[in-house]
Amino acid sequence: MGADTLISRRGFLKTGATAGAGLAIAFYLPSRVFQRLGQDAGAALEPNAWLHIGSDGVVTMMVDKSEMGQGVYTSLPMILAEELEVDWKSVRVEAPTNPAGWQRRMGTGGSSSIRGSYEMLRQTGAAARAMLVQAAALEWNVDASTCRAEHGMVVHVPTGRKLPYGKLADRAGTLPVPADPPLKDPKDFRLLGTRVARIDTPSKVNGSARFGIDVRVPGMLYASIERSPVIGGRVKRVDDARARSMPGVKRIVQLPGSPEEQQMARTASGVAVVADSYWHAYSARRALAIAWDEGENATLDSARISARLAELAAKPGVEARKEGRGSAALAGAARTIEATYEVPFLAHATMEPMNCTAHVRADGCDVWAPTQGQSGAQQVAMAITGLPPEKVRVHTTYLGGGFGRRSETDFVAEAVRLSKEVGAPVQVIWTREDDVRHDFYRPTTYNKFAAALDANGNPIAWTHRIVGPSISVSKGRPPRDGIDGSLVEGAANVPYEIPNILVEQTIADIPVPLGYWRSVGSSHNAVVTEAFFDEVARAAGKDPYELRRALLANHPRHLLVLDLAAEKAGWKTPLPTGRYRGIAVAEAFGSYVAEVAEISLADDGTPRVHRVVCAVDCGPVVNPDTIEAQMEGGIVYGLAAALTGEITLEHGRVQQGNFDAYPVLRMREMPAIEVYIVPSTEKQGGIGEPGVPPIAPAVCNAIFAATGKPVRSLPIIRNGKSRIAMG
Amino acid sequence: MSAITLTVNGKRHTVDVSPDTPLLWVLRDTLNMTGTKFGCGAALCGACTVHLGGRPIRSCITPVAAAANAPVTTIEALAEQDVGRRLQEAWIAEEVPQCGYCQSGQLMSAAALLARTPHPSDADIESAMQGNICRCGTYQRIRRAIHRASGSEVSHGS
Repeated sequence: MGADTLISRRGFLKTGATAGAGLAIAFYLPSRVFQRLGQDAGAALEPNAWLHIGSDGVVTMMVDKSEMGQGVYTSLPMILAEELEVDWKSVRVEAPTNPAGWQRRMGTGGSSSIRGSYEMLRQTGAAARAMLVQAAALEWNVDASTCRAEHGMVVHVPTGRKLPYGKLADRAGTLPVPADPPLKDPKDFRLLGTRVARIDTPSKVNGSARFGIDVRVPGMLYASIERSPVIGGRVKRVDDARARSMPGVKRIVQLPGSPEEQQMARTASGVAVVADSYWHAYSARRALAIAWDEGENATLDSARISARLAELAAKPGVEARKEGRGSAALAGAARTIEATYEVPFLAHATMEPMNCTAHVRADGCDVWAPTQGQSGAQQVAMAITGLPPEKVRVHTTYLGGGFGRRSETDFVAEAVRLSKEVGAPVQVIWTREDDVRHDFYRPTTYNKFAAALDANGNPIAWTHRIVGPSISVSKGRPPRDGIDGSLVEGAANVPYEIPNILVEQTIADIPVPLGYWRSVGSSHNAVVTEAFFDEVARAAGKDPYELRRALLANHPRHLLVLDLAAEKAGWKTPLPTGRYRGIAVAEAFGSYVAEVAEISLADDGTPRVHRVVCAVDCGPVVNPDTIEAQMEGGIVYGLAAALTGEITLEHGRVQQGNFDAYPVLRMREMPAIEVYIVPSTEKQGGIGEPGVPPIAPAVCNAIFAATGKPVRSLPIIRNGKSRIAMG
Repeated sequence: MSAITLTVNGKRHTVDVSPDTPLLWVLRDTLNMTGTKFGCGAALCGACTVHLGGRPIRSCITPVAAAANAPVTTIEALAEQDVGRRLQEAWIAEEVPQCGYCQSGQLMSAAALLARTPHPSDADIESAMQGNICRCGTYQRIRRAIHRASGSEVSHGS
């Protein structure tokens, strides 16, 4: 989810076709991208083409983003097809297989797929359209301005003559590419902004969609890996006599294969059983007797981590934002409010457990992976095999959920290493317990807040000290200026107009592997920020919605979604007895989302979320159904975490393993969700993640409204018992 | 290892596997029918749901030997049932799937529900679908799609 996945700078268009090969158009990105990839900007034109139109009329689009449920195999072709004037269903989608030869780093994250591709795909489609029109004009010996492109054909308007793109593609491929092709006026859009049916849906209702775990390669073996139960522990001794004698077992291999791959891919140390079926591999794995060197993390536990964070919070941190006098403005205020908030580690728990298939040969390597990070996957495979990039192919399958987990490369490294060791294609499949216990977790944080009110109850100071481990440090890339942007996002950009603001950050050295979790820093910062805001509003004697409005006067996009959500939720109309509302708003990944949650509380304090009203402004809309689906998905993901999500450690071991100990939302807990999209021509934002941040604070604020006691620690329900104090 | 004869989607297969092998892995690895998914291995998520003698079961904890005495139906043959076809059409109309990984199991649970309760209430749906997890959050659309497939008024919330 780094900035390198988001490229909005304009590049240039180039044709890569030779006569007779149809029309291929590549959109070349600025040279800095190529420099980073160590490539020549002009090299290897054709394989880089975003778009190819064959003389058979087949339109092929290379989609370099992973389809993990967010609809990108539909939305990106829609953008291209809009400008190209083709039936979008005729666009065939392919994924590039050599990330190093592709035009930008291949990875899907940061809610950046559409906003990072919109402009270049429109330009690519528009350039191809202009060239096809020009080719037809030459064919008919008429002026191009008398021709028009529609439905995959060029029409000569005065005579009604028509030629399909397939018949024009060869000639178009010989023409110069227009540098600045005219784009369609958005009022003429036929596709963009409409509810186009997703291309992947039919295959996802009949079992034919191919996920990573469904890859089948002739001669393929399966692997199951027992990894160190203690974070960072190592294999000391293995007794594999029993496992070795079990049916179907081919090889038993100790991992990692090298310290370099362990460092690069952050793999766990363990022992793999490779067998002729998954069940044989898994059964024999359970028969392994392994003695572990537990290492220095054997004493790591959640209570100590929490105490360490609280201790660090007593001292000032690094300033991430300062307005006015910062914390000095607290002194002498008419009233001050203080609180501490804690959020736990979280696992991703994608429905499809981690898996990868690799086939390493002397002359090349194929990797089939449900991955959000093809470039990283290729680099890891290159490092393990010693093969050059053009010999290492990464085949992207459908992803059974991603949420950030699949941007990691540990599961890829394991498959590549094992295939190399056994000399056959190997599919590594993780169990659910492997997946939950060997995740890269959303960081836990401890937050110390103070705010001040003037004599009229207006907030005049806001201070927030965030203490937590850093994803950047965990990835081996400590932040240069001491600020990990992902640890403070959603907090340092608190939008409220308060004259004195201080947001500080302290990075805690905690050796738990961390990674990006849907909405990253905003997933923990929005809940603590927006929940503490309601404490401030209550102290000021103000309605939390009205106080937000008052402090967002200069933030029109926040205000618009806040007002829309409040209006649709009926904020000003009373609720039936026993029902309560909470509201929250957040900007994340360039989009603005407000949510209102309506709840009731059972006698034992268990909350029930009945209804969630969501308003979103993400700028120009590609597919409204996808936006609604992503808001629904983000709300469910965030709600599950707020209600029951918690990873804890004891003796260096993650305590949760399966969906019994790490419960997620089920059908019965599902609220009715309404999504309202603000018509907007503002800057485009992302959609995969921004639905997550406001839900936890909206629910916490509703509970606060119900009980008068703020929810300062998540999850709300622990071990099946509500932590909400009633009465 | 022993020879076990199974009827899957109307076709008889003799497989040579250990009798305690879960049906899930026989379907996926031995018969190469990958539409049925592995999610938890402990009957906690429902991704592996198939029908055994028309009843929904979790194939990840069902030993293959226990599946030899009744016909097995998987997602690959769902369209051969009238209820199954209507559900698939409703799933498409309501644009249910996101990542799609859990949807084979969701559809098999929904088909078993409609087979015994042609016009389920929201409560019937909740109870029949409670064992099927979806991390993408498609529950609301699943509910609508089941109502649509049953020919009932589509309910838009609780």
